[in-house]
This record gives sequence, C-alpha cells and structure tokens, in this order.
Amino acid sequence: MCVTCGCSDGAEPTLTNLATGETTSLADPTAEHTHTLPNGQTLTHRHGPPDNASHAHNHDHGHDHGHDHDHNHPHSPNDPPHSHPDSQLPTPDSRLPHSLHTLELNVLAKNDLIAAQNRGWFEGRDVLALNLVSSPGAGKTTLLTQTLNDLKDRLSFAVIEGDQATLHDAERIRATGCGVVQVNTGTGCHLEAEMVRRGVQTLQPPAHSVLMIENVGNLVCPALFDLGERAKVAILSVTEGDDKPLKYPHMFRASQIMLLNKIDLLPYVSFDVDRCIAYARQVNPDIQVFPLSATSGEGLDHWYAWLLDQVNTLK
Amino acid sequence: MHELSITQTIIDTVIEAAQGASVRRITLEIGELSAILPDSIQFCFDACIPNTPLAGAELDIKTIPGRGRCRTCGHEMPLDMPYGICDQCDSLAIDIVAGQGLVILSMETVPCA
Repeated sequence: MCVTCGCSDGAEPTLTNLATGETTSLADPTAEHTHTLPNGQTLTHRHGPPDNASHAHNHDHGHDHGHDHDHNHPHSPNDPPHSHPDSQLPTPDSRLPHSLHTLELNVLAKNDLIAAQNRGWFEGRDVLALNLVSSPGAGKTTLLTQTLNDLKDRLSFAVIEGDQATLHDAERIRATGCGVVQVNTGTGCHLEAEMVRRGVQTLQPPAHSVLMIENVGNLVCPALFDLGERAKVAILSVTEGDDKPLKYPHMFRASQIMLLNKIDLLPYVSFDVDRCIAYARQVNPDIQVFPLSATSGEGLDHWYAWLLDQVNTLK
Repeated sequence: MHELSITQTIIDTVIEAAQGASVRRITLEIGELSAILPDSIQFCFDACIPNTPLAGAELDIKTIPGRGRCRTCGHEMPLDMPYGICDQCDSLAIDIVAGQGLVILSMETVPCA
C-alpha cells in the first residue's frame, strides 16, 4: 500500500461496477499524483511499471576518496610486531559521510487517514457502514443476501464485495436487486480504506442507507485495517472450532458483534456454543453475540433488530 | 499475509523520505501485540529491496512489549496477547496501552556520489 494514496501497488487490485460491467484498476499506473512530505517538500510519483520519463533505478558507482586512510594509533620502531584484522579496518562505506534522520512515522497512518475521511463521509450522510469479517466459508454472502432480501423493503442497502478474485459473490448480491461493486484484491488478503473510498465513489450510497462491506475471507489481516466503518461484524460458523475467538483474538477484539452462523448444523457437529461465547467475551468483554442460521432463518430477528437499532441511532 | 503490503509501504515511505540519498539502515519499532511478525517483515524486506534505492540497506527491528491497563481498577500489567485478566481484581476489561504500534523510527543515509 502506498503511504501517500493508499494504492496497493504490486497487488493489482481492481474494482468492478456490477451495474455497468466496467472494471477499473485501483493501482492505475497513469495516475500520477502529488503530495507533501513532513518537511514541506512536494513530491510527484506514480504507481505501476516505471516509464522512461520518471523512474527509479539502481546503478553501481565507485566512491573515490581524495585523502589517505589513517589508523587510529601511531606506529613507532619500538612497537612489538602486530597486525590489524580486516574487521578492525574502516570500510570505505563506513567512512562516507552519513546522517541519521528521525522519522517516527506510523506505517498505517495513511490508511487510517483515508478511513477517517470515509467515516466522515458516512457520518455526514447518515450512512451505516459495517465491515463483515470471517474466515472463508463462514457464510458471509449467504447471510448478507438473506438480510438484503428480508429487509430491503425497510432499509436501503449498498454492498462492496471484497475477494481476491471472481465476481461470484457480487453476482449473488446483484440478484437481490441491491447496488454492488466488487473489489478484487489480487494478491492482497484484506480490503484497505482506499479501496472502500473508490467503491463508495462508484456506488454513491444514498443518505440514510446501509453500506455492507464484505471483507476478504480472512481472520487475521482485515483486523488491522480500519475502513471507516461504524463496526466490524465477525461471522463465525459452528462448522469451525469453538475456540476460534482465542486463536484469532485480534479480529474478535476488534469486532463489536459476533454472528454465530449455521446453528441449524449443531446436531451434527462438535461445537460448544457456550464455550465459544465465553472465549469471545474473554477476548472482548463488550462483544454482543447473536446465534443464528442464515439458511433456516432461526435467530435472524435478533440480528435484524440490532441492525435497525443501529440505523435508528443515525437519524 | 499483510506483512508484504506493510513492507512495501515501509519501503515507499523511506524512499520518499530519503529524497534520492542512499539508505544504509532503517530502524523500525513493532509492538508485540500488533499482529505483525518481525520475521515476516524482515523476510519481505530482503525480498523487496533488490533493484530499489534501498538495495543493500539493513533493517533494524526493535520490539515493544505489550502492556494493558485494567478498566476496573486501573492496574497496569504486561500482556503477551491482545487480551488478559487483571492480576489484581480478575477483570477481563483490559485496555491495551502499549505494544500495538508499527513505526518507522529513523533511517541512516549516505549522500549519492
């Protein structure tokens, strides 16, 4: 990720608008941009393959010294015989003038700044943005399509889908009639705030709507990247281990609620719901937990009540 | 593996800050509760810097231990996970007060001849 603009150069992320079918690169190599360093200097750069007009390159060059190298002790004819190991001799490099620069730069600061801008945009329009996180296969997309179908007469929704590749999930969302863009992160394993910013520019979610951001299936990396959401919603299915909250504490600590999905399968799997909830509260005493099944519909009313309550707090 | 994109961010940041000077050493501070592995950052750094202005630079990583403060009684304690139990009052409500950061502390440069 570029610290300046948030582009994930090298990962080749793309954004696809399902309404138009248009795909654009989120790391546009032609997008030259300018920014200001902490010392006030202005720099212009671009991402992607370098062109002939502006590129960084390495070259070998010699450093000539116009002076003799001295040793740090005098020699006299009376000295006992001795030698100097190479390691004690100054290397040419260490004799070059060099300087120490204090930077103290937070590496994630740029992402956090864009996330704060996203959050301001959402708050200014009373848009409820939620970041749905889980491991692959926990049922995020099924839960999301069920939620859209059940609540679309009461709430206005827009969806940003995140996956490394394919439009499969976005097409499932589009089938509900909901506006959706797909972010393909390429080699990236999480959504970053800039991707959400670009997705929002394309989607233009209306005021008082709900923006669902379905993150890449991954319980590690998405925990570190603020997208500007109101809350992270962790989805854990009972086909996974009940100790997942302890195994992936960063994610469950960062989430405001945990949806325990696929409870219709509890008779067939070894999963202790109470133990799982206790582990989640050990990591995050404030986490709210809603056991539910997106396929049978059991427990969905608690999740919907939470969602409607969140929307009402915006108005 | 978020360490790769994070390492690319570190490299971009340092190249920009160096303004054309050769960089000989970079010092990073990584919190032990940051979910960022120093070994992975070192691996990605070594893999990414050839053919960049940072080629040959050394990476010096300092780790910062985790610390928590009990929300109930205010007691401070070391943390080796991003959660814990207060050893004074058994509360689980622990705020993390240190060990979550990732900071480029400094760089050492040599002017290009």
